[in-house]
Amino acid sequence: METEQRLRPLLLQGLEGDTDAYQRFLKELSAHLRAFLRRRLAQRPDEVEDLVQETLLAVHNQRHTYRHDLPVTAWAHAIARYKFIDWLRAHAVKGALDVPLDDATELFSSSDSEAAEARRDLGQLLQTLPDRQRLPIVHVKLEGLSVVETARITGLSESAVKIGVHRGLKALAARIRGTT
Amino acid sequence: MKTDELIGLLAQDAEPVAPHAIEQRFAMATLAGLAGGLVLMLVLFGVRPGLVQDMGLSMFWGKLLFAALLAVGCVAVLRRLARPGMGLGYSLLLLALPPLVLWGLAAVALGQAGPAERLGLVLGSTWRTCAFNIAALSLPAFVACLWALRGAAPTRLAWAGAGAGLLAGALGALAYALHCPEMATPFLAVWYLAGMALPTLAGAWLGPRVLRW
Repeated sequence: METEQRLRPLLLQGLEGDTDAYQRFLKELSAHLRAFLRRRLAQRPDEVEDLVQETLLAVHNQRHTYRHDLPVTAWAHAIARYKFIDWLRAHAVKGALDVPLDDATELFSSSDSEAAEARRDLGQLLQTLPDRQRLPIVHVKLEGLSVVETARITGLSESAVKIGVHRGLKALAARIRGTT
Repeated sequence: MKTDELIGLLAQDAEPVAPHAIEQRFAMATLAGLAGGLVLMLVLFGVRPGLVQDMGLSMFWGKLLFAALLAVGCVAVLRRLARPGMGLGYSLLLLALPPLVLWGLAAVALGQAGPAERLGLVLGSTWRTCAFNIAALSLPAFVACLWALRGAAPTRLAWAGAGAGLLAGALGALAYALHCPEMATPFLAVWYLAGMALPTLAGAWLGPRVLRW
């Protein structure tokens, strides 16, 4: 309940375009995801951070599916559950599907902010994207530039930079699906 | 890339999101699918000659109403299936109501008819083609509805695909009703639903293959 009351305003502000609130939302969610997946994937600790990243990307790309009358915890849990099951299927982990996953409180019962190294490097995957998506992401992320500065350096329009980041993140999620 | 870097990157992309983006997408898919079905109906079959006279018959409107209500029920279910963590609520009841009422009416009609007439009420004169025609007219809507779902995050992929198929079938039936000469409820209760079942099954099969995200 507490988690819900803390996360909900952050997500709602994020959906209205508030970068800071959205970042805090993702940060807290990532800690819950990490603890949840470390427990679930005790046999495969190397895979945890990859799946945390993949799930965060899915949450971001699907944030338009959040309905304001729905608990954030239920929504986020459903996404985490879906990505986790999808991962289990892709890796043909036998028996793992028998583990009940229906309890939304499980995801938020603990948190772990100690990130491990991701095994799959999203940075390398990024290199496979076309320039109009890659360059905006590289400048905005690696160099921490604003959209306006990125637009000036790349010669793209500001809206092209935003669209490039946006489509690039979707493409990145699709590449991950292709590689797992 | 470290997870914190990824979070920073995602936060940079925090463009405001419209709260009804999913509904808008389904509205677009429904309209485009229906328009496509109507065009296909005109090209493949043509409007029935006696259409204007038939507009005086309550059954003519009954057919359209049935298909339209079923489509509404489908959208009610799909907008929930399209969202992670959202239960189905009463939407399944809304979806089940039109076929249940139709089957009830068909049972009454069959009960009132003499034994010799019953088979005729069920088979009409077009039973061989009706279901396949409806399935054919549902194709544009089928593509449109799967497209709409691909912009969402269904977690039950087979069910979501089936829902998209049923919506496409209802829209195909809506278009086909302008060509179809049948007016008996037992005919509709069997063949219209059979026609809608084809895209529904196709959707259930395709869902896990094309709706992953």
